[in-house]
Amino acid sequence: MSVTVDLATVWAFIIAFAVFVYVVMDGFDLGLGILFPLFPKKADRDVIMNSVAPVWDGNETWLVLGGGGLMAAFPLAYAVLMPALYTPVIAMLVGLIFRGVAFEFRWRTQRERNRWDIAFFGGSLLAALAQGVALGAILQGVQVEARQYAGGWWDWLTPFSVLTGISLVVGYTLLGATWLVMKTEGALRDKAYQLSWVLLFAMLGAIGAVSIATPFLSLQYTERWFTWPNIILTAPVPIAVAGVTVLLLRSLANKYDYQPFFLTLVLFFLSYAGLGISMYPYIVPQSITIWEAASPANSQIFMLVGVAILIPLILAYTGWSYWVFRGKVRPGSGYH
Amino acid sequence: MVEGWDAVTLARAQFAFTMSFHIIFPAFSIGLASYLAVLEALWLWTGREVFINLFHYWLKIFAVAFGMGVVSGIVMSYQFGTNWSAFSDKTGPVIGPLMAYEVLTAFFLEAGFLGVMLFGLNRVGPRLHFLATLMVAIGTLISAFWILSSNSWMQTPTGYAINASGQFVAADWLKVIFNPSFPYRLVHMVLAAYLTTALVVGAVGAYHLLRDQHLAGPRVMFSMAMWMATFVAPIQILAGDQHGLNTLEHQPVKIMAMEGHFQSHKDGAPLILFGWPNQTAGRVDYAVEIPKLGSVILKHSPTAPMDGLDTVPRENWPPVPITFWSFRIMVGLGFLMMGLGLLSAWMRWRGQLYSSRFLHAFAMLMGPAGFIAVLAGWITTETGRQPFTVYGLLRTADSASPLAAPAVGSSLLAFVIVYFAVFTAGVIYLLRLMAAPPHPGEPGPPRDVPARAAGITPAAAAAAAEGAR
Repeated sequence: MSVTVDLATVWAFIIAFAVFVYVVMDGFDLGLGILFPLFPKKADRDVIMNSVAPVWDGNETWLVLGGGGLMAAFPLAYAVLMPALYTPVIAMLVGLIFRGVAFEFRWRTQRERNRWDIAFFGGSLLAALAQGVALGAILQGVQVEARQYAGGWWDWLTPFSVLTGISLVVGYTLLGATWLVMKTEGALRDKAYQLSWVLLFAMLGAIGAVSIATPFLSLQYTERWFTWPNIILTAPVPIAVAGVTVLLLRSLANKYDYQPFFLTLVLFFLSYAGLGISMYPYIVPQSITIWEAASPANSQIFMLVGVAILIPLILAYTGWSYWVFRGKVRPGSGYH
Repeated sequence: MVEGWDAVTLARAQFAFTMSFHIIFPAFSIGLASYLAVLEALWLWTGREVFINLFHYWLKIFAVAFGMGVVSGIVMSYQFGTNWSAFSDKTGPVIGPLMAYEVLTAFFLEAGFLGVMLFGLNRVGPRLHFLATLMVAIGTLISAFWILSSNSWMQTPTGYAINASGQFVAADWLKVIFNPSFPYRLVHMVLAAYLTTALVVGAVGAYHLLRDQHLAGPRVMFSMAMWMATFVAPIQILAGDQHGLNTLEHQPVKIMAMEGHFQSHKDGAPLILFGWPNQTAGRVDYAVEIPKLGSVILKHSPTAPMDGLDTVPRENWPPVPITFWSFRIMVGLGFLMMGLGLLSAWMRWRGQLYSSRFLHAFAMLMGPAGFIAVLAGWITTETGRQPFTVYGLLRTADSASPLAAPAVGSSLLAFVIVYFAVFTAGVIYLLRLMAAPPHPGEPGPPRDVPARAAGITPAAAAAAAEGAR
């Protein structure tokens, strides 16, 4: 039994890791799409697109790993959550289709370029919003009966899930703006700086709002965060958020290149860790724990071997690809 | 359009629709990735400019097709959960890990090296760039390995047990992965992908040769594509025959549907060439048949007895007309492909490969034949497995999500609209790329940048890469 317990926890961390890497890698990528209307010049848009064109596909692969890994390691959770999140998931997929094809399509046409720029923006916004809404819908819990989702197909829509949806859009957009600060130069970079200020305050507001709203969802979250002795473990999270915020403000004031982006990622990590603290050990809050949802040990071990060998390899060659395309993206110099 | 359909039927329609769109792109990109690797290897080896021009020409096409394959593939990976949650819960412990391995060993490999393959030649130099191309090509093949393994397991499940919660669990992973139909299906599908690509490459070459027989690029690509058709089409027919015998052994009911064998034949079954399978009446109307040939093909003896669907309870019958006809379309196209291969070999021998307008017109017409054959083949094998998702063990009706019909209907409608809007545009862009002939100094995927500084031989690109450092 203890082996199973350990395995399920290990797998919960692996899935959480895959989803976080996805957020780290595709977050800025979606954020850039959301920022597109604010950069109407074609030259700017080309640079923005070129700054992620070589890596976006790898970024989205982490989302496939998150979904596929969930099905493999926690099939019951996958089977319950996907129908529960039906509309947001379909919306996300549709959004990802539009923005994904835009990467290639906008170079293939002069006349219809604007159409694919709109698709890139709309698809990115829809995908980000849907992911945030899905997160909120998971946190607020879903109805389960006899190993199946038992709610309706609009249960996910609540003020809370709308709040998390907007929050994630704001967060991704901040990531996109700070990415541009890092990867571009001149007027484009100046504009990204200004946007970063506005978006940072919006993101802090969003973190605050979600943090205040979450404990009201269920007693379990309140107890997790505010009772002794849990508070020893949970208190450092908001304190760290405050500390990182100070650093982030300083790095923006000093117009650093790299710090704003990476500190925003730290902010994301802390918020994400906070979510983990709220949920653990439930994978479907209030109804299914990671142990109840876990695949049999031999499935989890079979995959663990692959994960242990392959994830470091994947990180290595993904890192190499980012290294090859490192540095500022200049208009005209592109990738040739 | 969707009124009166229940949620399961709608979910099946959605899977069939999204899958049919999706499969076109991997079928093309598996073959094209390998073709690109061959072109780049030939360029590195011979230094001939025509190969790098062709490489860049097809690379642009690959980039568009690959992008469409990725986005339509993400839909597939989530659809198991959204529309088939009961299936996911029950089979997740077995096929989940296979798909997770596909992501880990294939998708990441392709995606990780794609950026360098598309945009990195002058940044990393020709050798590392070739490595990236090779990794992408290998990635597409590994992907085929895992996804066909999990599909084959659903067709011919072995190495499993069933646990207390009613889930399939693995008893022996090697038996799960290398289940009886997997080797046959893998060979058949990979050959199909290669043939499909060869037919597209050949058609594009033929199109440009019809306008000008002296273009270097089209001559090379047409010749390469016709070699593939000459050798691979007959091998594919052989592989298909073996796959059929394997199906007869493990999924005899599917063969009955493919052959239209409603009745048992104690002393040799006929080969029904054409006819209209009448599922309700349990017979093939207007059948044109050759006596005993069915037994000759399937059992290698004219009098071998063959069971028909009359030995199978009706609730286990697959939809016979679809299986019967899609099979015939696939086989018919397969023989046309072999015909093209043989004709091109004959013309090549007579020195008319680049001048025979009939051959070029034939090759152009056959351009989409690979896609149609792949679709028809998949429809045959997937429809022939019905009414089960896991053959003989889990019924399709027991696999679906507990969703109301309007939910599934709306998402189906959304996918239909989005796919037609997006993929129609994509196909138009692809055809536009193919309509222009490859020319000397062919650029790679464009990023609206000034003319390339680096040239067209490996040495020049290497020098540029040095300069970039």
